[in-house]
Formats: sequence, structure tokens, C-alpha cells
Amino acid sequence: MNPRRFFSTLGPGVLWLAAFLIVPSLIMLGYSLLTRTDLAQVGPPWTLENWQRVFGYDALFREWVPDNLRVLWRSLVIAGLSTLLCVVMGYPLAFYIARQEDRRKQMLLLLLVIPFWINFLIRVYAWILILRPFGLYPSTAATFLGMVYALLPFFVLPVYASVEKVDWRLLEAAQDLGASPARAFLAGVVPQTLPGLIAGVLLTFIPALGMFVVSDILGGAKTALIGNLIQNQFGQAGDWPYGSALSFLLMGVVLLGLWLYARAAGQKGLEELL
Amino acid sequence: MRPRTSPLLAGWAWLVYAFLYLPMLVLIVFSFNDSRFGATWEGFTTRWYGVLFARSDVREALTNTLLVAVSSTLISTVLGTLVGFALWRYTLRWRTPLTFLLVMPIVIPDVVMGVMLLMFYALVRGGLERAGWTFENGFWTVMFAHVTFQISYVTLTVRSRLAGYGQDLMEAAADLGANTFQAFRQVILPLALPGVLSGALLAFTLSLDDFVVTYFTSGSGFRTLPVLIYTSVKRGVTPDINALSTLLIVFTAAVIVAGSLLLRPRRGRA
Repeated sequence: MNPRRFFSTLGPGVLWLAAFLIVPSLIMLGYSLLTRTDLAQVGPPWTLENWQRVFGYDALFREWVPDNLRVLWRSLVIAGLSTLLCVVMGYPLAFYIARQEDRRKQMLLLLLVIPFWINFLIRVYAWILILRPFGLYPSTAATFLGMVYALLPFFVLPVYASVEKVDWRLLEAAQDLGASPARAFLAGVVPQTLPGLIAGVLLTFIPALGMFVVSDILGGAKTALIGNLIQNQFGQAGDWPYGSALSFLLMGVVLLGLWLYARAAGQKGLEELL
Repeated sequence: MRPRTSPLLAGWAWLVYAFLYLPMLVLIVFSFNDSRFGATWEGFTTRWYGVLFARSDVREALTNTLLVAVSSTLISTVLGTLVGFALWRYTLRWRTPLTFLLVMPIVIPDVVMGVMLLMFYALVRGGLERAGWTFENGFWTVMFAHVTFQISYVTLTVRSRLAGYGQDLMEAAADLGANTFQAFRQVILPLALPGVLSGALLAFTLSLDDFVVTYFTSGSGFRTLPVLIYTSVKRGVTPDINALSTLLIVFTAAVIVAGSLLLRPRRGRA
């Protein structure tokens, strides 16, 4: 691509993203290798200590205390279970919507999209009003509920898009060949919805992993997730180098997942995720 | 022909819809509740709306939110449309890294993006201060941060809109004597327009909705509505926030319904 073409089309956008994403990532990497000098102040000496702390090495007691890894693990579990709940609730819903007649389908989709556009904080906050009378606020259960609630539309929309394209003749063919309805569905329909299912799972799991607002608002101090840990380093704790290392860990997990997905699905799959 | 759905499936679907709408209904009902603490129903009132309108910080936050959303949407729509066009038009050598760059703002957890930009701005501020300039985090830092996550979404909608068209469009335009700019301006842009508009709408809504990135990049003096709601909720819920939420819910729903009615594809009648 010649320079003139580049600067008149791709260039401005790409340079913007480079300036506001790549450069800040590198700065963050730099910060994670520095020492905290004062509240939210950083400086030399260069050190690996923040990274050692991330992986559980306690500088004070010179021993391995994997509290952070436990938080990461808990975040993975909570994100995983929330995603699973989204699958249970959303997968059948996608089928229900896809099999309605056109007008009704449009209406059901609209009803699904409206909560999706309403401010995220409001939707999370509303649960306080419901859960408080039952003594369920704040709690870990409330965090789950809030996560599933916030993420469900992200899951249903891509799944719906692939259910919509299902070739139902395969279901009939399987049944003609003597398969039970359940088996025919599993063998004839589910594989066809796999691309949407994978996209939906990724779009649910990744935001769930980094989320700190839901656990912050609904979970109280009981469910610290990796996102809360990071937020705290840039808030009260004022430890930017350590927060940077934690952020890199989280970003690393996400990008690793994405890279695995891209390897499995190829360039086209990566672009379809967009 | 569509096979009928079982009543079980329908029941499940309606349960999920009830789950989606219950919190919002409760919020709306409680915004009319004549009780300071809102746990029990103590009669109908509209006074929380009066309390809300009297708050100057709410008005200021609303103005900030809209200013950021409008300006960031304008910038990101231009940049994103051009990138989307280039992805469609040219065979690019660095396609995979480019796609990764475009996917990044979508997949990076927003808390990471927020703290990354916080540190970036801190460093830039330090540098500028040494050069004798001063600046505070506020409108500009938030607005630039929003553009950063909006570009990808605009690119994606524009690109998917253009995906169905072949390169022969550009060749036909060239045969008729148009240069690339003219072809873009007079052929591609009108075709891409629905994609550009829905990309802009998406970008605008993402900006209105964003809390996390704004929270980290806004500094102390500049608040948008989501940041204001967050600080209120952290301090303890007050009924005027229910009123504010209700207004935002009604407004958002109205915009979406109106938008879907306007954009509904017209069915051929004959």
C-alpha cells in the first residue's frame, strides 16, 4: 500500500489505535517493571517484584502465597459459571425466537435488544432494589445474577444469528434415518449452531472475566475478582506497578484465549468475531 | 415452513424475558415511591423527579455525557469508515496484525483499557508539564478514550455493509472517469451509508453507556452520568437516582423503538 493511500484511508485510524492502545500497553509494561515510590508515583529501580507478587511470591515473608492466583481462579470460575448460565438460559431462547413468524420475531428481537442498550450501571443497580428485601444483597449469588443479567444479550444475539441459518432438513433426515428426536437434534442441529455458540461464549466469558462493577456493586467485599483487585491498585491502594502487572496477567489470559480461537478458526474466524 | 415450537420452549422464553424486564420495572415503580429508603411501598409521589431536576450536578453530568458522545462519535465514525473502506478495497499485507489491532479494543477487558489510558495520560501530562504546558484529565482525555474503543465497532459495521459488493464497483467508477476519491465519495459512501449510520449509532450508545473507561480517564472534576450514578450508588441509594434511571430507561427504549420503526425494511407489496 503506497503512503498516500495509507494516510488517506487506513492510516488515521490505525495510527490512532497505535497511539492509544499499543503505546499505552508498552507504558503499562514499563510501569509493571518499576517500583512504587509514593501513592500513585512510580520510579526506578527496575524490578521484577511486581510480577513475583502477581504469581504469589510474597516479598515480605519470602514464601509462596498464591492469593492472587486464587483470585484469578475465582474470576475464571465465576466467569465460566456465568457463561454456563447464559448458555442454559439463552440457547433455548435463540431457538424460540428463530422459529417465530417474521413480525413476531422482529418484536422479540427488539425486546431482547432494549435491555442491551440501557445503561449497564442502571441495570446492575436495579437488582439492589429486588435483592435487598430478601437479604441477598450484597452476596456472591447477587454477583452471579448481575453478571448473567448483564451478559445474556451478548450471548443470545450471535447464537440467534446462527440458529437463524440452520438447515432443518438435516433434522428431518436424521429422524428419517431412525434417530430419536434428542439425538437428531444433537447430531443435526447443534453442530450447525457451533460458530454462534462459540462467539456467544467468548463474548460472554471475556467481559465476565474482567468485570469489576457487578461484584463491586452487588457482591460487596465478599467476592473480590481480578477486576476488583486491579481497580483497587489504581484507587485506594495507589500501587500502579503492581496494578499494571495484574492487568497484564488478565490481558494475557484474554489474548491467549483469542489466539487459541484464531488458530482454530483461522483468519476468517478472527474477522467474524469482529 | 417453520415447525411449531413446544409450549415448554415458549414458557422458558417468557421466563427469560421476565428476568430481563423485572429489574427495570421495579426501578420504575420505586421511582414513584414516597419513601426515603425505598424498601417498602409508601404511596405514590413524583417528588423525586423534582429533586432530580433541581440538582445542578445532574444537569452538568448530562451535558458532559452528550458532549463526549457527540464529539467522539463524529471522530470515530470518520476514522472507522475509512478503515472499513480500506479493508474492503485493498489487499493488505499486514491483514492479520491489523485485524488483531481492531479486535483488541473489543476484547481487552475495559478495566485494563481504563488503567492503561490512565497511565498513558499521566505520562503525557508529566511530559507536557515539563515543557511548560498544563492539562487536567477531563473532557479531552475521556473523549479520546471513547474514540479508541469506538473505531473498531464502526469499522466492523461499515465493513460488513460493504462485504456484499464487488471491486467491479470501483472499476466501473474508474471507467467512467472517477478517481478513487470521487468513487469513494459518490459510489461507495452512499452504498455504505446504512452501515456508517448504524456504526455511528452504536458508537454513540457505547459512549453513553461507558462507565469503566470514563471512570479511569476523567480525573476528579469531570463527571458523566454513569460516573455520577456509580458514585451515588456507592454512597447509598437515593430515590432521585431511581428517577434518573427511569428517565434514562424510558428515553433509551423510546429511541430504539423509534429507530427500529424508521429503519424497518419495507416489504415489497407486489
